[in-house]
Amino acid sequence: MSTAKTNHVLPGFKLTLGYTLSYLSILVLVPLAAVFLKTSSLTLEQFWTVVTADRVLASYRLSFGASLLAAAINAVFGLMLAWALVRYSFPGKKLVDALIDLPFALPTAVAGIALTALYAKNGWLGKLLEPLGIEVAFKPLGILVALIFIGLPFVVRTVQPILEDLDTELEEAATSLGAQRWQTFWHVILPILFPALLTGFALAFARAVGEYGSVIFIAGNLPMVSEITPLMIITKLEQYDYTGATAIASVMLAFSFTLLLLINCLQAWTAKRTGRDR
Amino acid sequence: MAGATTLKLGGDHAARFESRAATRETPLVKWTILAISLSFFALFLLMPLIAVFVEALRKGWDTYLAALIDPDALSAVKLTLLAAIVSVPLNLVFGVSAAWAIAKFEFRGKHFLITLIDLPFSVSPVIAGLIYVLVFGAQGWLGPWLAEHDIRIIFAVPGIVMATVFVTFPFIARELIPLMQAQGREEEEAAVVLGANGWQILWHVTLPNIKWGLLYGVILTNARAMGEFGAVSVVSGHIRGETNTLPLHVEILYNEYQFAGAFAVASLLAMLALVTLVIKNWVEYQAARSYRDQQDIPS
Repeated sequence: MSTAKTNHVLPGFKLTLGYTLSYLSILVLVPLAAVFLKTSSLTLEQFWTVVTADRVLASYRLSFGASLLAAAINAVFGLMLAWALVRYSFPGKKLVDALIDLPFALPTAVAGIALTALYAKNGWLGKLLEPLGIEVAFKPLGILVALIFIGLPFVVRTVQPILEDLDTELEEAATSLGAQRWQTFWHVILPILFPALLTGFALAFARAVGEYGSVIFIAGNLPMVSEITPLMIITKLEQYDYTGATAIASVMLAFSFTLLLLINCLQAWTAKRTGRDR
Repeated sequence: MAGATTLKLGGDHAARFESRAATRETPLVKWTILAISLSFFALFLLMPLIAVFVEALRKGWDTYLAALIDPDALSAVKLTLLAAIVSVPLNLVFGVSAAWAIAKFEFRGKHFLITLIDLPFSVSPVIAGLIYVLVFGAQGWLGPWLAEHDIRIIFAVPGIVMATVFVTFPFIARELIPLMQAQGREEEEAAVVLGANGWQILWHVTLPNIKWGLLYGVILTNARAMGEFGAVSVVSGHIRGETNTLPLHVEILYNEYQFAGAFAVASLLAMLALVTLVIKNWVEYQAARSYRDQQDIPS
């Protein structure tokens, strides 16, 4: 971090950068470093035993699997929703557009108990699904439902602005060259949208992997079956196994940081592909 | 990571696409897409929201009100407000300061700094709580020292506030950085030439220019601060009437099978979410309007 290269007329560089760095270090960087320092008190063998225990491995499979599936479902339906919101007029559109952000605004615990009430055996949706032999609440399927809920706005809100900025000329040109509508979508529109769609998918995935509040109420939390990785950390903490909790946390952190870098690259790609600054 | 939560200035574009044959689908395709996407919306977003209010009133208004005026609920309201009242101004000052340094000056490592500011978004809330336990908990770095001086941070109010500050850390900064970068520094430099000092520039030039983005960031920060569950749950210790925020109170009631009470308290939070969305849309509308006005001014 060097000082200003050019001779600026504006004041406050040292003050603001200094404050930013100190605040960031005290609240975020130093406490996060505690995770890795605490983990390093374990030998490699101990660390490996903790993070690859059967129950922990089962939680990774569930957390990553359900998050990937939820993000994929959101990518498909989020794209359709964004398309409907940008391209079509329909009554209540403003309301739908505003409510897309509900998962950002609604506390996760509230979402969790609401989804559980809906999908429990006597709930509105649970009642309909029970005769079909589909159980959602207190099963891994319930986790998927909760992760779809919290991830949806990420896809819609990353794709929507790109769709709004699309030039109609592109599609007109494609049509005048004899392309069918679906060919135009597949060969002209989708390639432009793709980086944004992938970014939305990655954001939804990243959020889902770490999600706790909305999941634990509906999950059932059975070891080896419906226990997500963040819950494993809580369980270890409740048993005062701080090193165990921290070891698992460091695995999750390493994964999140990688994903964060990937998302930054994706956003740069989106900007390049669409000519937007951000 | 804040890409999905930044202020959007788009209006309604449907007419532009629906008026041209080349950018229109056949009615069958259009209605199929609308039917599928709106059903998905209703199933995953609308129904949970309605369910909160229906479940809250299932046992009637008396039970509903009783759950809200319960002393434990009231103390949870107070703690939730406290967490928000502390974390919003702290992150506001940080956000303005970070955006000023990043948007108005050139320095090496700028992109890396922005990535670091984004970190709390990519960290699981559970880990956000855990890191403070590792630093301030009984077994943590500062644990023995804090115990000696009889200061409680973990399983007490300060821990809850810190965890809340952590999870809401990037919102305002992430809102302001791109906004201030786009506005450049000409207006501020003009103010310097006219003899204004730093605080005068901030107050009379910069803040009026960024007010909508700032307000937007504040609303998002506030909503998350009041609704945070995972991080707060780790550091709270769940002491009723003392270290319970509203979301934690919902959990306790729910786990005690007091469903009507849990949903009554949850409905308060759901109303907060709805108010947040209304203000957010109003801010977006105002921002878009002032943006259009700026574009209309002939130069």
